[in-house]
Amino acid sequence: MSERVNVLKTYKLYINGAFPRSESGRYFIINDKSGKQLANMCRASRKDFRNAVVAARKAFDGWMSRSAYNRGQILYRIAEMMEGRKNQFVDELVSQGHSKNKAQKEVEASIDRFIYYAGWSDKYQQVFGTVNPVASPHFNFSMPEPTGVVVASAPDDQPLISLSTLIAVTIVGGNTCIVLASELKPLTAITLAEVLNSSDVPAGVVNILTGYREELISHFSSHMDVNSIWYTNGDKKNRKLIQENASKNVKRVHFTTFDDWTKEAAENPYLIQDFQEIKTTWHPVGI
Amino acid sequence: MIEEKKTSKTRLDFQTKWEYSPAPESTDHIQLKDQYNLFINGKFVEPEEGRYFDSINPASEDKLASVAMATEADVNKAVKAARDAYNKIWSKITAKDRGKYIFRIARLIQERAREFAVIESLDGGKPIRESRDVDIPLVAAHFFYYAGWADKLKYAFPGRDPKPLGVAGQIIPWNFPLLMAAWKIAPALATGNTVVIKPAETTPLTALKLAEIIQEADLPPGVVNIITGAGKTGEALVKHADVNKIAFTGSTEVGKIIQKTLAGTDKKYSLELGGKGANIIFEDAAIDQAVEGIINAIFFNQGHVCCAGSRLFVQESVAEEVIAKLKDRMGTLIVGDPLDKNTDIGAINSKAQLDKINELIESGINEGGEIFQSGCDLPAHGYWCRPTLFQEVSQSHRIVQEEIFGPVLTIQTFRTPDEAITKANNTPYGLSGGIWTDKGSKIFNTGSKIRAGVMWSNTFNKFDATSPFGGYKESGMGREGGLHGLLPYLELK
Repeated sequence: MSERVNVLKTYKLYINGAFPRSESGRYFIINDKSGKQLANMCRASRKDFRNAVVAARKAFDGWMSRSAYNRGQILYRIAEMMEGRKNQFVDELVSQGHSKNKAQKEVEASIDRFIYYAGWSDKYQQVFGTVNPVASPHFNFSMPEPTGVVVASAPDDQPLISLSTLIAVTIVGGNTCIVLASELKPLTAITLAEVLNSSDVPAGVVNILTGYREELISHFSSHMDVNSIWYTNGDKKNRKLIQENASKNVKRVHFTTFDDWTKEAAENPYLIQDFQEIKTTWHPVGI
Repeated sequence: MIEEKKTSKTRLDFQTKWEYSPAPESTDHIQLKDQYNLFINGKFVEPEEGRYFDSINPASEDKLASVAMATEADVNKAVKAARDAYNKIWSKITAKDRGKYIFRIARLIQERAREFAVIESLDGGKPIRESRDVDIPLVAAHFFYYAGWADKLKYAFPGRDPKPLGVAGQIIPWNFPLLMAAWKIAPALATGNTVVIKPAETTPLTALKLAEIIQEADLPPGVVNIITGAGKTGEALVKHADVNKIAFTGSTEVGKIIQKTLAGTDKKYSLELGGKGANIIFEDAAIDQAVEGIINAIFFNQGHVCCAGSRLFVQESVAEEVIAKLKDRMGTLIVGDPLDKNTDIGAINSKAQLDKINELIESGINEGGEIFQSGCDLPAHGYWCRPTLFQEVSQSHRIVQEEIFGPVLTIQTFRTPDEAITKANNTPYGLSGGIWTDKGSKIFNTGSKIRAGVMWSNTFNKFDATSPFGGYKESGMGREGGLHGLLPYLELK
């Protein structure tokens, strides 16, 4: 009896709710520890990124207008779908070098991370909003609203929990996002895209790219229709470039690093607030 | 004297001239020196290079005082004073005491409010009615509001331990000189930071008068340092290695340069930049109130307002009526002596700003806009601009896209709320917006879709110390005022 021939998975990009290959036709190879090839990853180009921004911008109004309750339910649904695919995520992390134990912990923490932020969907507004006792006869209140289209770059280590955090934080607040997966360990990012695609997340709300950070980061930071950039890679050398490019359209820039993304430090509503704008509304009080 | 009405009985005759007797505010109670030095480490000190520049009254072109030009050496001195004060005093005293100093400043401003209002109008050109009733009262309110926060910060950020940043470098514009100083200094001090602030080149006097109050309040030396100068002075402050935070209010152009300059440093920054506010009049609005609102939105402070309602959108069905009433109302506006209590529109802040406004008005005409200006008399000296509006403009016209920062309004019409929202959002700015309608549901629907930091519904250009203010998109980041105004000056541990 010959062994069954496995069906290998083609890892593609996730843009506008679809799985295209890079328009550039380029790829890069991911190997396992023993040097055996795991996949040909798409090496996203500037054009792929621009397409993703168009999708994210188009999805923004609709996603922002969803009720907070609905957004929370969709984040919870993502966690449910991940739970069912736990083993696949674990296997992929293990194939990319995680120990079984570490992989298991990271996958579980990632699922829990979506649940944590799902719960914030209809609460951060109450923590960060205010009613302001103005001295004139007006009713005046301030509420957070999403910043818009956010680009985020995941760190190389802990590829699933970091990506899950970047996505959960930005979309729970009504933003749409383009996220760049870990360059060294990108497999789980595309599997997460498959989860998102079956979790009622509208097309374009989350777009996931794989590719070379050094190549893409200047495009990310200089795109005029991106409102904010979130850089979580520890290196200092790109920070200056990102800030300089960001000034072209006054992008909000956030640098965040965590020693361990599974820890509680990565669970806090102030991260949500980083991708919110405060809108103050006035109305006269009278007859 | 009101001349006999010659036209219909129901409408006032705006074609004939209404005479008002002059009602100037007295200037004999104000104290201005001929020359002002830099306020560093609690004392007025001469600038290192000994250079001075003049501050001009834009209504007469007369010199008011000469003011020190701070260079890099002075900036270094001021930052050092602020650092020492932070290390040795301000970070050591109790939060309660910090608050009490700020309360003192608020009270002293109230006591000398009229003097400050007059100097503000002399130096900046704004009508005394506004400096007296808006600017200076809000200055006192701001200090009073933030004074109270000093010992209550932990309640503002649940689950966090807020810490000051250190030395804050602050750069402010000329449109609300003392008010912008208050917006910057009050939250910085309340959160435990020390300050080096640079007032605008054309309007330094009230900030220097504030330095006197700071002395009177016995604020420890170096906690607030006030250095006057121009762009280069500001640049030196932004680039200074020992400044932990930059707060800037001014043009988007300069804001972008500052953001770029700060790249690669760990300095925190907040930016309050330009705007091109949409003021949307729906057909069910109370038209007469809306017309007053339009006037206030664009002609308040000569239109030198970053959040001015400079783009008017009127629903087609009422456009004719609104525009006719608006033109009538513009005819009654009095342009002239800022110190006259009857004056509605004062002097344009500087020759440079007047040139910029005129250049944009010309571009509006050249691009095919239909101009209307009121026929009021203008004084012989000083810098003046008649209230102006443009019809027959489109989204691509420069006067619709660019911030004019003067009394110039563009008018476009719309049919559906969606069209108004799309047009309103068609700008890189996102500071303010206005909605006029009788329907609450429309306010919430339209208001939530306009991408701007302040939405005025059935009102415009209202400000309050408790109310956060700031922009979306290229109008800046961070908030000033209210609880949210604390965050730009704190690190949340």
